[in-house]
Amino acid sequence: MADIKDRGYIRPEVLVSTDWVAQHLNDPHVRIVESNEDPLLYPARHIPGAVEVDWTKDLNDQLRRDYLGRDGFEKLMSRIGCTRDTTVVFYGDKNNWWACYAFWVFHLFGHTAAKVMDGGSLKWEKEGRPMTKEVPKIDATKYVAPERDDVRIRVFRDQVMAHVKGKLPLVDVRSPEEFAGTRLHMPDYPNEGALRGGHIPGAASIPWGRAINPEDHTFKTADELRAIYEKEKGLKKDDDVVVYCRIGERSSHTWFVLTYLLGYPKVRNYDGSWTEWGNLVGAPIEK
Amino acid sequence: MADIPEKLAKFLATLSGITDRSERIQLLIDIAGRFKKIHVPESLATRPYPRENLVPGCESQAYVWAEELPDKTLKYWFAVENPQGISAMATSVILGETLSGAPLRQIVQVPRDIVYTIFGDELSMGKSMGLMGIVAMVQQYAKKEMEALKTANS
Repeated sequence: MADIKDRGYIRPEVLVSTDWVAQHLNDPHVRIVESNEDPLLYPARHIPGAVEVDWTKDLNDQLRRDYLGRDGFEKLMSRIGCTRDTTVVFYGDKNNWWACYAFWVFHLFGHTAAKVMDGGSLKWEKEGRPMTKEVPKIDATKYVAPERDDVRIRVFRDQVMAHVKGKLPLVDVRSPEEFAGTRLHMPDYPNEGALRGGHIPGAASIPWGRAINPEDHTFKTADELRAIYEKEKGLKKDDDVVVYCRIGERSSHTWFVLTYLLGYPKVRNYDGSWTEWGNLVGAPIEK
Repeated sequence: MADIPEKLAKFLATLSGITDRSERIQLLIDIAGRFKKIHVPESLATRPYPRENLVPGCESQAYVWAEELPDKTLKYWFAVENPQGISAMATSVILGETLSGAPLRQIVQVPRDIVYTIFGDELSMGKSMGLMGIVAMVQQYAKKEMEALKTANS
């Protein structure tokens, strides 16, 4: 795969290589953060010095369906030893799906000094780079966060409803089977936690994983991404785009691709996603 | 809980006594470390493994095989092709160690949601579906064996 700077991305600075991370393991201005789906992965082995941000415990409100608030984010950032000036580098399993989710949540609080390690933990591991079980001892910091901004990169159901009525572009990043509303899961379990299957009317099906090179888990080049999102699916750079999946995690990966790698100025993530839309009384659905 | 195999019941009882999350995670990591012992032998299957043994919906690319034992119970073997599939490996070891040689009628009664009992409620839906898929595949082999025995005895 070509160097990140040679891949034609509009904002290449948000992506760093495994080499870059290896060179910054002891950089006091950098905090390396692992975010995974598999809860056993970080405790079993991680990049030396990396801390864990758990999507369930750390990023979500433990009572309401929502993200943590300002106080919670300040406590989280203090615990992982970050200041407003710390550059946070995310990586994780599943081709950085959860890393991009954490990256998106950090952006809700305006922590834009953030990057993603291209290829995620599997690339690091396959390259035979050092890993450890040791959890680093971190000195707590004083972190002052702004209120969470739910406007710029996040969207709610009423806005999505208006988006549908306005026939504006929506991207469904779930699998084709989920998009089609085919029941895939075990009997006795609702399809993806929703009462109805299908997709939001007018949405284009572009599974999130298409942005990834399966061989080495890195992001595809800008030209390759444009071939998928623009030539094949008809998106345009200046579109007002809403992305969604089941709970907003996979779609944060696509939000990252469209916003940073392709430089779309207005992409918002509908984190209510299918678990909200597929349960909403009267919400329009296509199959 | 349903009438489940004795070894599995004992394991779950031991696990329920571990309330500290870190301790439980460490135990599960240690269990995953025994994966080599239940990894499918070359005498039974070689790569690329057949799709019929692939667990549907498991993103760790888990495979399951069942070998008939002389007492007509089953010995289970597994493969997990994603090196980061630690939870899938731990699940395979738990099932392989506690269900191999167990009465078939008990295996089919194991609730698939034991994955939540083992890993906790915070499992993502995708992860839990994959792990439940491993349990389901193990049970499918038990059901098939029960049907084959029923046919042979009728």
